[in-house]
Amino acid sequence: MKEYYFSSRQVKRRTYGSFLFFIIAMALGVYAWKTLRREPQDKGIPVTLRKGLLYNESIFASASPKLIRTYPVSQAAKKVRVNGNLGLRDQTIDTASWRLKWLKANGDTLYFSLNDLMKIKKTEVVFDFKCIEGWSQKTWWGGVKVADFIKYYHLEPDVQQEYASLSTPDKAYYVGLDMPSFLHPQTLLCYEMNGAPLPLNQGYPLRLIIPVKYGIKHLKRIGTIYCSNQRPPDYWAERGYDFYSGH
Amino acid sequence: MRKFVKKHHLAIRWFHWINFPVLAIMIWSGLLIYWANSVYAIRIDGREIIKFFPKSFYQALHIPFRLAEGMAYHFFFMWLFFLNGLLYVLYTLFSGEWRYLVPRKNSFREAWQVILHDLHIRKTAPPQSKYNAAQRIAYSAIIVMGVGSLLSGLAIYKPVQFQWATWLCGGYESARVVHFVLTIGYCVFFLVHIIQVLLAGWKNFQSMITGIESVASDKEVSIAPKNKSSE
Repeated sequence: MKEYYFSSRQVKRRTYGSFLFFIIAMALGVYAWKTLRREPQDKGIPVTLRKGLLYNESIFASASPKLIRTYPVSQAAKKVRVNGNLGLRDQTIDTASWRLKWLKANGDTLYFSLNDLMKIKKTEVVFDFKCIEGWSQKTWWGGVKVADFIKYYHLEPDVQQEYASLSTPDKAYYVGLDMPSFLHPQTLLCYEMNGAPLPLNQGYPLRLIIPVKYGIKHLKRIGTIYCSNQRPPDYWAERGYDFYSGH
Repeated sequence: MRKFVKKHHLAIRWFHWINFPVLAIMIWSGLLIYWANSVYAIRIDGREIIKFFPKSFYQALHIPFRLAEGMAYHFFFMWLFFLNGLLYVLYTLFSGEWRYLVPRKNSFREAWQVILHDLHIRKTAPPQSKYNAAQRIAYSAIIVMGVGSLLSGLAIYKPVQFQWATWLCGGYESARVVHFVLTIGYCVFFLVHIIQVLLAGWKNFQSMITGIESVASDKEVSIAPKNKSSE
């Protein structure tokens, strides 16, 4: 290293100057942190952090959709973890009278029975189901691809919009989805798990399986679906989580 | 007039002191996230030796039930951590500073001698330039770890879009383990770093703020090679 000669006055000036600057910078840092902590909240988190999540979404959501890795059925878990029961309070489902409600943009409501869904080609997927808590599990699901369902019932005009909203029949749980993820070729309106009808605690008779999202978006027991250009309400996004929550 | 070396360039001091609170926030918010699935432990023969982390530890730090908050902070400050790290690496590359930092052929052998010297087992330390062999290894490893944290973080955060990162980490679950172990690594690094800074004393510490450090005359240097004056 090159050596320099400094007078003690020069050294003193430099030392005091540097330390003063250092302390001021530290104080500013602490002030910025406290300001962030005290900021008004936007759905459970400071406004700036919410903007951060939206910024991240704008970056990562624009990437072209990729297929999630799938596995052979033999690798699927026999005992599938149950992590939530929001919207599942009603323990009696009458399959015969059960209907999926689709609210059309023009105000009409379409009703679909389980048979209406089952007569479309079934798709199965075994994938690594990821919970936002940090665990994951390879699980096996069967149902109708959202994209196939749309095509079969000519719902294309509705899905021209930016978002889809799904909610449980009792409206206790609701998710909003960006349309590309909803129409992703691996997103299912799911009525089977491990080759058998969905158990009640997995959202019988119909749930969403959307492998490109965290578990919080895989709504159990779908009651109503509608599309909108406004960002639909989302249960967990209202509680501080990322609306996008996608992979 | 005393003799000084310009030890730490202004840019390095900025990167260092920005990194300190940012990394602290990343570790704290990471802990808020990890709590939600806090499953790691060191087990020998099925017996739990160390649990990451005990309930009392979480309670003392007010960690429980703050997953959403943790994620919000983590995915905001990750940008600062990334940019600061990137600028640091670019700076060291283009300034030539990397020459002081990258381990040399004999660094790994010398590092032992440095450690033995620091533990007062060995009398003399091997000759060094700005950083000794152990420092070279530590300060380079920490950059590799930083890259590892970014990649394993990306592998957990966007495992579909960055499938290659997830694959590189050996899958989604092991990416989380890698991310966690690296974080423990930072904490160990921090601990050793603080101890070394305390032992090295004020003259060394103030140079990370002022940038300059006085050096002894050449004669003294040859007697006490630990003084960072050669070169």
